[in-house]
Amino acid sequence: MKSNTFFRHIRESFKSLGRNGWMTFASASAVTVTLILVGVFFAIMMNLNHMASSIESDVEIRVYIDRTATEEDATALEEKIAAMPKVDSVTFSGKDEELDSLISSLGEEGEAFKLFQQDNPLNDVYVVQAKTPNDTIPLAEEIDEMEFTANVNYGQGTVENLFSTINFGRNIGIILIVGLLFTAMFLISNTIKITIVSRRHEIEIMRLVGATNSFIRWPFFLEGLWLGLLGSIIPVAAVGTAYYYFYDYVSPKLQGHFIQLLEVTPFVYQVGAILILLGAIIGVWGSLMSVRKFLKI
Amino acid sequence: MLEMKNVYKKYKNGVTATNGIDVKIDQGEFVYIVGPSGAGKSTFIKMMYREEKPTSGTITLNGIDMGSLKNSKVPLIRRNIGVVFQDFKLLPKLNVYENVAYTLEVIEENPKNIKKKVMETLDLVGLKHKVRMFPDELSGGEQQRVSIARSIVNQPKLVIADEPTGNLDPDTSWEIMNIFEEINTRGTTVIMATHNKTIVNTMKHRVIAIESGRIVRDEQRGDYGYEI
Repeated sequence: MKSNTFFRHIRESFKSLGRNGWMTFASASAVTVTLILVGVFFAIMMNLNHMASSIESDVEIRVYIDRTATEEDATALEEKIAAMPKVDSVTFSGKDEELDSLISSLGEEGEAFKLFQQDNPLNDVYVVQAKTPNDTIPLAEEIDEMEFTANVNYGQGTVENLFSTINFGRNIGIILIVGLLFTAMFLISNTIKITIVSRRHEIEIMRLVGATNSFIRWPFFLEGLWLGLLGSIIPVAAVGTAYYYFYDYVSPKLQGHFIQLLEVTPFVYQVGAILILLGAIIGVWGSLMSVRKFLKI
Repeated sequence: MLEMKNVYKKYKNGVTATNGIDVKIDQGEFVYIVGPSGAGKSTFIKMMYREEKPTSGTITLNGIDMGSLKNSKVPLIRRNIGVVFQDFKLLPKLNVYENVAYTLEVIEENPKNIKKKVMETLDLVGLKHKVRMFPDELSGGEQQRVSIARSIVNQPKLVIADEPTGNLDPDTSWEIMNIFEEINTRGTTVIMATHNKTIVNTMKHRVIAIESGRIVRDEQRGDYGYEI
């Protein structure tokens, strides 16, 4: 393609946005409305996901080392655990530390346990963190099979429930987002289709005077792109600003809790980029799908 | 330049529009296609610019076999053919100049030459003073002039017109015919379907009459031959 043809396409695409003023407005607003929905929903989902992850990553496996194990046995066990591909980290916590933390966690009543400092009945512990929280349970089972482990504890029962709840929530979220995107694409491509159907005369004439299909497609491609970008301006600004104020208002109240909102930066930029990209894809897709109908390929 | 051999066209709905046509048209000819409505004139014409493909038989234009031509190559042969319609088919949102320049932009003509060629052509059809006007601000005759200018601005070898005077009053029709006559004297082949008896009988040229999808008459300097 010659460079001045390319500039012609760009010029034409802008002209046609202007000449089809109302149709441009209709399509761009359809993009705007849906992207606002997607944006808000996405922000909520990402935050919930973030919270879920921080809860999940709090889950750890406590491996109680058999009291009969020698130091070499314990080291061998540690190396064996650390070598497992699903394991992220292994931390040693000696029985004295364990007792201390037990005493301090029980407060006044813990005083009674101080007697045991002379003859500590507790086990040494390896605290194991899985790379992916969902691997915790199978990992714990594998470790339990190993020699010199007295007991393996990861909050059996509770953790299973927690994980299945979180996974359920995530799946629902993904289904909703995909559904929303699908609706958005359908809605927008329909609006764009109306604008293009009203111009099928134009396409017919283009073909008549000898325009190649790609020549016809280009301005429509660009027009769809501009529509999508135009439609994403308000959603990006609105979702960004809203999140900024929301974060400002909510995050001080979460101070000290281990649940946190995602930081405004870079989250707002990420959401913005995703919305712009979505707008562009939807716009281009919608307009190319509609032009296709009128091109005999 | 244009040759049809034993051309049949049957539409999917079962209508047979062309029932074995053999014809040869040379470069520089002026040909009227006449015949009653529904006789197959439009299909005959549409096959010439590859808007329709023949069901069987061959059509060659300047040595190119139109039947086996790929769809993607159709735009390229359209550049050698100008087409004019009864309903003008102008782009309502482009002004006179843009409507004509369109043909040249589409074939990626050098922008430097576009203005010159467009203005020359508009001069030929007598619309140089209305370049900035939009189609709905023009009379029917003026719109048809724009459409003719559009069809000839890239100097095609063949101009096909499907009832170009069908929507125009007699005086305007004559003005339009004079333009076609002028185009033809410059060496361009003109093929025109028409119902205008007076024009065919006055401006004498080759006449091909089509009835029920067949050529029933083909004479040089012929008459319209039908009573209206």
